[in-house]
Amino acid sequence: MSDNKSLENLVTQVRRDILRMVHKVNSGHPGGSLGCAEFLVTLYNDIMKLNDGFAMDGKEEDVFFLSNGHISPVIYSVLARRGYFPVDELNTFRLLDSRLQGHPTTHEGLPGIRIASGSLGQGMSVAIGTALTKKLNGDNHLVYSLHGDGELQEGQIWEAAMYAAGNNVDNYIATVDYNKKQIDGATDDVLPLGSLSAKFEAFGWEVLEIEDGNNIQAIKDGMAAAKAKTGNGKPVVVLLHTEMGNGVDFMMNTHAWHGKAPNDEQLESALAQNPETLGDY
Amino acid sequence: MKKYTNTGSKDTRSGFGDGLTELGKTNPNVVALCADLTGSLKMNAFKDNHPERFFQIGIAEANMIGIAAGMTIGGKIPFTGTFANFSTGRVYDQIRQSVAYSDKNVKICASHAGITLGEDGATHQILEDIGLMKMLPGMTVINTCDYNQTKAATLAIADFHGPVYLRFGRPKVANFTPADQKFEIGKAVQLTEGTDVTIVATGHLVWEALQAAETLEAAGISAEVINIHTIKPLDEEAILASVAKTGCVVTAEEHNFLGGLGESVARTLALHRPTPQEFVATQDTFGESGTPAQLMEKYGLNAASIVKAVNKVITRK
Repeated sequence: MSDNKSLENLVTQVRRDILRMVHKVNSGHPGGSLGCAEFLVTLYNDIMKLNDGFAMDGKEEDVFFLSNGHISPVIYSVLARRGYFPVDELNTFRLLDSRLQGHPTTHEGLPGIRIASGSLGQGMSVAIGTALTKKLNGDNHLVYSLHGDGELQEGQIWEAAMYAAGNNVDNYIATVDYNKKQIDGATDDVLPLGSLSAKFEAFGWEVLEIEDGNNIQAIKDGMAAAKAKTGNGKPVVVLLHTEMGNGVDFMMNTHAWHGKAPNDEQLESALAQNPETLGDY
Repeated sequence: MKKYTNTGSKDTRSGFGDGLTELGKTNPNVVALCADLTGSLKMNAFKDNHPERFFQIGIAEANMIGIAAGMTIGGKIPFTGTFANFSTGRVYDQIRQSVAYSDKNVKICASHAGITLGEDGATHQILEDIGLMKMLPGMTVINTCDYNQTKAATLAIADFHGPVYLRFGRPKVANFTPADQKFEIGKAVQLTEGTDVTIVATGHLVWEALQAAETLEAAGISAEVINIHTIKPLDEEAILASVAKTGCVVTAEEHNFLGGLGESVARTLALHRPTPQEFVATQDTFGESGTPAQLMEKYGLNAASIVKAVNKVITRK
């Protein structure tokens, strides 16, 4: 368990990492990355039970899959800050010959990544597969996944949702970054998602909502409640209401920063709002 | 010329099913996934013997590929089963990202490949799958010729680490390779020795190539028949050694001439030993309904077509 203050400090540093990574290469996805910083920091440093070091097989530990791979800056920062690989390697994000590809991959052997993601809609199926293997192995640890809300427009998600409920995959917690925005605008304008809670409930899932998905205590409480729902025959989904671009005033309340890097001036302003806490890479 | 005997026609998919049944007994890490075609894929025995290791996914092939990829994390060896069309084209991106690019140890086992699926017609037949799969970096592509070889291949791929596409078919065809054969991935099998022409065949066309070789022998033409069960990685050495002797080649496959075995052989020859080549394959077309024999005849995929191609290629030497 980690106290909220140290998690908040880590979040601030992760925000700086995200901003500096995308600024350096003038590409990448800061909006969704910032929106999920509190969640992923808390997941990796408070919620999940993790072994030291990295083993692809993830036996006897919790396993996480990032399905919306475009928010790679935040997962890279969180993994590096948790010690999976040197923090300095964040300097290589999106550069030639880097292990930190634009979208996460196992191809370059980056510790902490177990599946490639980027082409959307595939991570729930993968997570279910690993959850099934954990059951076969008698491994009582949990599998987690994170999905974009726009990603739920992919049909494979609903194939997976139907399977998980129909086959009692109850050692699995899916989470949705419910910021209601995607590249082309509001999800309601692009392709309305309708009621996600009603949809997942109809599919046979336990549905929980974290109303402030950028609040560490709310994330802790919500995920504890989600964990308590596991092992009861149903998969669990957590709808995480987040703010895209959280922590940088001009990146919030807009979808404009989905896939756009700040310029020098914007970076300076964004970093000023997030003073260094644990040391920049 | 060495002669081969049909020891009793069987479908190659039963070779897969029986191989899987054996793996169920010998390898506790093998798991099987099926998208509502358990009977067609001959996976019933595995399902009955090991219900805890059999996963009925329903008609959701994309989800099946993703689940299979995830199941490798923790040490399982997933064998997915559905028709070749639904094993490849329908789920190309899932295979590309979650299996091939992620280097997952998934065995994609595809029945009813090619035109011999028959009466269901072109929506279910696929003549593009070898091309789709061989284009994926890191993917091993195997197309077996009879029951015995399919069973042997099924056993062999469980011991090989990495993604594999195993292609086989629906109809009962001649069973002529040894029951006790050792299946070596990537290793060509020379079936006959010859001096005038090399016939490189895969899948159902291997038996047809042997029939063609007998006809050719009667006409005084000596054909060397090579069974290429592994299209990728291709046994280039075996092919080059043979054409060095014969000076011309006919490739034969139940697949489009674009993207198939023929193109892989042509590339090898272009790089190392430019050689006249004729292609027995479908001519960039979809299939249609009909019996397997009718379709093989209409689309030029039988022994007679191979003989014709040999007679042509020999004049080009």
